[in-house]
Amino acid sequence: MTGSTGSTGRTAPSSVPAVRVPKRRGTELALIVLAVLLSVYGYCDVGLAKNGSVPPGAAGYGAGLGVLALLAHLAVRFRAPYADPLLLPIAVLLNGLGLVLIYRLDLETPNDEAAPTQLIWSTLGVGLFIAFVVFLRDHRVLQRYAYLSVVTALILMILPIFFPAVNGARIWIRIGGFSIQPGEFAKILLAIFFASYLAANRNALRYTGKKIWKLQLPTMRVFAPILAIWLISVGVLVLETDLGTSLLFFGLFIVMLYVATGRGSWILIGLVLAAAGAVLVASFEPHVHSRVEDWLHPFASIDAGEGASQLAQSLFAFAAGGMLGAGLGLGHSILIGFAAKSDFILATAGEELGLVGLTAIFLLYALLVERGYRAGLALRDPFGRLLSIGLASIVALQVFVIAGGVMGLIPLTGMAMPFLAQGGSSLVTNWIIVAILIRVSDQARGGLLSAAPMNPAEGAK
Amino acid sequence: MTKYIRRASVFCLVLLVALLLNAARVQVFQAESLDDNAANRRSTIQRYDQPRGDILVQGKPVTGSKDTGESLRYERTYKNGPLYSPVTGYASQTYGTTFVESAEDDILSGTDPMLSPIPFWDEISRTQEPGGNVVTTIDASAQQAAYSGLGGKKGAVAAIDPSSGKILALVSTPSYDPGDIAGTGSSTTNAWSRLNASSDQPMLNRAIRQTYPPGSTFKVVTAAAVLENNVVNGISTPTDTPSPYTLPGTTTQLTNESASAACEDATLEYALQVSCNTVFANLGVQVGLSDMVKMSENFGFNDTGIRVPMTAAKSNFDTDMNKSQLALSSIGQYDTAATPLQMAMVAAAVANGGTLMSPHLVDRTTTNDGTTVSSTGDKTYKQAMSPYTATQLQQMMVNVVEKGTGTNARISGATVGGKTGTAQNGVNNEGIPYAWFISYAQADDASQPQVAVAVVVEDASADRDDISGGGSAAPIARAVMEAVLNSSDS
Repeated sequence: MTGSTGSTGRTAPSSVPAVRVPKRRGTELALIVLAVLLSVYGYCDVGLAKNGSVPPGAAGYGAGLGVLALLAHLAVRFRAPYADPLLLPIAVLLNGLGLVLIYRLDLETPNDEAAPTQLIWSTLGVGLFIAFVVFLRDHRVLQRYAYLSVVTALILMILPIFFPAVNGARIWIRIGGFSIQPGEFAKILLAIFFASYLAANRNALRYTGKKIWKLQLPTMRVFAPILAIWLISVGVLVLETDLGTSLLFFGLFIVMLYVATGRGSWILIGLVLAAAGAVLVASFEPHVHSRVEDWLHPFASIDAGEGASQLAQSLFAFAAGGMLGAGLGLGHSILIGFAAKSDFILATAGEELGLVGLTAIFLLYALLVERGYRAGLALRDPFGRLLSIGLASIVALQVFVIAGGVMGLIPLTGMAMPFLAQGGSSLVTNWIIVAILIRVSDQARGGLLSAAPMNPAEGAK
Repeated sequence: MTKYIRRASVFCLVLLVALLLNAARVQVFQAESLDDNAANRRSTIQRYDQPRGDILVQGKPVTGSKDTGESLRYERTYKNGPLYSPVTGYASQTYGTTFVESAEDDILSGTDPMLSPIPFWDEISRTQEPGGNVVTTIDASAQQAAYSGLGGKKGAVAAIDPSSGKILALVSTPSYDPGDIAGTGSSTTNAWSRLNASSDQPMLNRAIRQTYPPGSTFKVVTAAAVLENNVVNGISTPTDTPSPYTLPGTTTQLTNESASAACEDATLEYALQVSCNTVFANLGVQVGLSDMVKMSENFGFNDTGIRVPMTAAKSNFDTDMNKSQLALSSIGQYDTAATPLQMAMVAAAVANGGTLMSPHLVDRTTTNDGTTVSSTGDKTYKQAMSPYTATQLQQMMVNVVEKGTGTNARISGATVGGKTGTAQNGVNNEGIPYAWFISYAQADDASQPQVAVAVVVEDASADRDDISGGGSAAPIARAVMEAVLNSSDS
């Protein structure tokens, strides 16, 4: 895995003939340049639309994003040369677009600028990305830290309980002027734990235990620990009224369990449990209850003469965008109010880029998820497979939960749109997810083509 | 495991499809109803995000827009607001729009699809065109003459080009500056309450929205009905009319205002010249209710649909009356009521050979750069009477100005026909009467009359005896007619 720029693929040490795998680093570089140019274009477009001139920071912004992207590319080129060439450009483009949208919203709130902070977080995110790509030589190392991961995850999730709630949710840790959302980091750690545990115990989960009608139940000895972890996570999140993350963890658990065991019945059981839990929480928890009410009747506050709710304002923004959007800088999504730059950032995209732009953004996420799945498919080791599927599913679920929430498809839960939304914890976490996917895809496409030990179960298949 | 990974990826695909379908639902299918939601401030913000188009009088804007730098960015301003408010109305961020500002709002605000070279594309891309302009038919000098003529008095003037129906002047006093209520905030709301509380009703458009008993000016309508129905043998033949005249079915005696007028058995021409109540009451009864109604409706009475483009109030001539009521209605009293615009239409129909053109004050609308979007063509409202009847009425009205009650309207170098009116007002005639004058004028070198005008003065400051159409209203009409004749010379 040295940083060879040669075109020869790695060959297996055994008698298997040499396989030539294209590295496609040039493609990646070209796409990154395109992503940076698109972002700079968007940045200039906002300035031209709002003030009739290219914003003074355009060159600095372009250079900053360009240098970050280039450093990330160099890390991949030398440390993960077989990595999927689409992952990094998509992350750069989404991050760049997020900066443009936040900068654009900053213009409406001159006393509350978020773009400079977001740029610092982006730098930190890319820094961690590079660190992971450089120092995490083999994703299977993570398997060793499965239990450390889960303990850390639980601690991180429990910590915010001791801090005051912000806007109804207890999901922040604030130290000085600095705040982080530990639940964001916990999701990677939990994915690592689930992948590790399921990979180790999947046969036990599949084939042992009592069979009731068509449902084969696993033995509790195997199933109980993971069920407990999951219940604790979701329970803690419900306590913190972080409904979005609990929904995300729930979905993540079900998807990984299904992929590991192949039991469709788990999905059924999971959905029944989820529905029961959701109804229970929605009826007893006032914060959640109001969200469900708002989802069912987004215009109730208007009828009551109290003006448009945040969700109604968000729907107005999407509607105002229509097919082609108002154009960057020309919408009025700031009417949404305080969460316009974070939870509701997609509304700005919807209003100013329209259905066409929104579709493009959704497709970028879809591509990111699909590339994660593809890396999982190409791997041989169950841990790596489960890990990449888990991480890709996190992105898919999170996009669905937040986008569905701000567009009235499902009840609104506070979550960050990956890469786009204002928020350091989320941005950094997503860069780490992409770093791990880069590592996994590098090994899937060439890095450990035959070096990986064959899993006995996989081989017997 | 591969099989299950593939299935899980299909699950992610389903999530994506759900998002895309939902996005299309919100952004395409529900967009219109969401855009129209009253709590959605976008349409308001967008509406004021660009300067509003202008209303033009003889090529010059009488409106403007100023950049306030607030969220509702551009605010309407008015040049000479009180003079033109009966035409422009107001365009207020707080109180909406009236009159031309309202009737042509789509053009002025830039939302009219006709403004766009490719309307369908604008619809998709949500592009807003710059506001278009509205070119009015108003003659600036006539408008000014009418406004100055009314001075501080309460009253109104409507002037029409008889051959086209173009409204040349539309004035109502006392007036107000619509710019005072254009914006938002306390100065706007204060001005609004002040204007609405004022007993002078400055925001009332007396020229088209207020009706008055037309008094003797209505005798022109009665005369037209008399001639069209051959109730007399020509305008110079003596009628069989007692003076005073006893209202049919009653013992009430109707007298004439002027003791010197020889109204007994007067000819139609003389009766109009000195404004004999007895003759016209008598003749109106002889014409009969249905023919009187028909003639009044030929001029526009009882029509609720007169739009110039703002709707004019309905001028009234009752359709169900006994003979004594018909007698009083025939001299413009009882329930008979007319807007100044309506009486200008009467004069215009006479001046235009009996053909009444639809009155209108928007000549055309244009895009921001002056390309015509639509024009208001000249349309015939009704053939009110035969050309011969019109010729006889012209002769009679000219006679009024030459020798009768309307001498104050004479203009040298022009033929002027007119009719005065002094309308009783209030219960038992206790109110101050309204002074009326309707007229038309044709310069000696012109091929047809160029202007018809109606003036009403309801001012209370004058001594009651001095109030008469000839004294108060005729000089104003003359000034307006002179202004039109002079501006068509140049």
